[in-house]
Amino acid sequence: MSEIAISKRRSRFAETWRRLKKNKAAMISLFVIIAIILIAIFADFLAPYPYDLQDYSLSYAKSSREHLLGCDKLGRDILSRIIYGARQSLQLGVGATAIAACIGITIGSIAGYYGGWTDIIIMRLMDIYQSIPMFMLCVTLAAVMGPSLKNAILAIGIAMIPGPARIMRASILTVRGQEFIEAAKAINAGSFRIIREHIIPNAIAPVIVSLTMNISMNILAGAGLSFIGLGAQPPIPEWGAMVSEARHVMRDHGTLALYPGLCIMITVLSFSLLGDGLRDALDPRLRN
Amino acid sequence: MTALLEVKNLKKYFTVKGGVLHAVDGISFTLDKGKTLGVVGESGCGKTTLGRTILHLLDITSGQIFFEGKDITRPNKKELRALREDMQIIFQDPYSSLNPRKTVSETIMEPLIMQGKMTKAEMWEETKKLMDTVGLAERLYNAYPHELDGGRRQRVGVARALALKPKFIVCDEPVSALDVSIQAQIINLLLDLQEELGIAYMFVTHDLSVVKYISDDIMVMYLGQMVEKASSSELFQKPLHPYTQALLSAILEPDIHKKTKPIIVQGELTSPINPKPGCRFMNRCRFAEPKKCREPQVLEELYPNHFVACCRSKEIN
Repeated sequence: MSEIAISKRRSRFAETWRRLKKNKAAMISLFVIIAIILIAIFADFLAPYPYDLQDYSLSYAKSSREHLLGCDKLGRDILSRIIYGARQSLQLGVGATAIAACIGITIGSIAGYYGGWTDIIIMRLMDIYQSIPMFMLCVTLAAVMGPSLKNAILAIGIAMIPGPARIMRASILTVRGQEFIEAAKAINAGSFRIIREHIIPNAIAPVIVSLTMNISMNILAGAGLSFIGLGAQPPIPEWGAMVSEARHVMRDHGTLALYPGLCIMITVLSFSLLGDGLRDALDPRLRN
Repeated sequence: MTALLEVKNLKKYFTVKGGVLHAVDGISFTLDKGKTLGVVGESGCGKTTLGRTILHLLDITSGQIFFEGKDITRPNKKELRALREDMQIIFQDPYSSLNPRKTVSETIMEPLIMQGKMTKAEMWEETKKLMDTVGLAERLYNAYPHELDGGRRQRVGVARALALKPKFIVCDEPVSALDVSIQAQIINLLLDLQEELGIAYMFVTHDLSVVKYISDDIMVMYLGQMVEKASSSELFQKPLHPYTQALLSAILEPDIHKKTKPIIVQGELTSPINPKPGCRFMNRCRFAEPKKCREPQVLEELYPNHFVACCRSKEIN
């Protein structure tokens, strides 16, 4: 076991990348995510029609050469709407998660590292926070701030704070008690260096995985907000809102809900698989 | 010549639920350059806390510590930085004492980075040298701790402690988590290093056979207090404190024809939370005499350099 040695030194990033590359599912997911991001960025060039171009003669049209995925009730091209929708859904998922992660990880780290009263107060506040149903909180916040995509992102991000905070704290607690933290103190490493070099690298893996799951959850929560009119405002397309709009006519025109639903599923799955792969790649104990 | 390390009446109390835990309660000793002080005692007697307190990994409740004649009881930030280059620690558990995400070389190099006196190239050179000193093959340079066995991990811990060329190292049960054959390797490594570099050790352990082999002086601790201190050979020949006698009688003899009669210590360990004055071993002592033992016990020098804290030591020996 100990006979194996890595002869060439690589940076941490290069090492993680090398491990990640060996994970096929994660690489495919990464490819899909990059593709979705590119589609979102270049939607103006990729979409065959504007997302709000209506043509009532094409109401509920089946897929054809002109409209590959058919049209919705108002005769808008589904494919174009899905391409433009990637923008809103990605922004919702990634943006809200980023907000929750930044605040949550900071709060969790403080609670976990300092412990004592700081920890007790912060975690009890989180308890109170979590006693409010998450979606209710989203709706209330979004309603107070006014309906728009930006506010929906903020609302979801704020409502999601306790998740990463809790995971980060628990994870730090297990690392903090280990002797290598004391060893670091004994060699004059300051608090900042100990947190950055010794605690975070050992504590971050579960948080990363949960965040990728959160991206999917937030995309769904955003869809919910859009559905009740608090998220993306029509006629701007959003995948979740598209599914919601299509639910009345699901029996007759099932594909209307199917395509955006599939998009949500593929995106969510990709983020989850990438998160799994990233966790494995970040852990040197799982040699692969 | 002043002693390298002098500890005077050191106390470390923890406030816990239900009172104050006297983890280290009035320990005094001196340690000369290049010597080894063995600290023995059962689990929970405060020997680990003693080591951490001396290194300022824990705050001192009261008492004084002198290092090379200088009072280092409450150092300021700058003094503490300088101090930690002179005092290091080797940990018990070679699994939790190494950061699993740092390679062997990164772990050994970190003290050098913190010291900030060398160029990068010099640090690499020094790390290689340190690995060679502790007997780690160069090919393990970029290995992660999980790829090493317990003995090699502990060697990494030793190399990290040596990196700043300390004068004093606290060895906190450095071998109790290792196999016996590996224990011998690590102990011999520590002894070789001491001879070569003149490092003083405070060797904390509950393994008496190890401490006999490595120590110049041995200190026996019981519930935060020193009950006996003598040179290694003297202590093993003439234990004076009833607790030491019981401890030593528990060592297994490798000779099956030699009949040993271990002294069985009965009764429960007194709680170190809010202890009553008087001998803390009293409840379990064969020679206890309630009236006398309730008085605070004084450390007496019964023989030259042989201290014992037992009011009945003269009568029973």
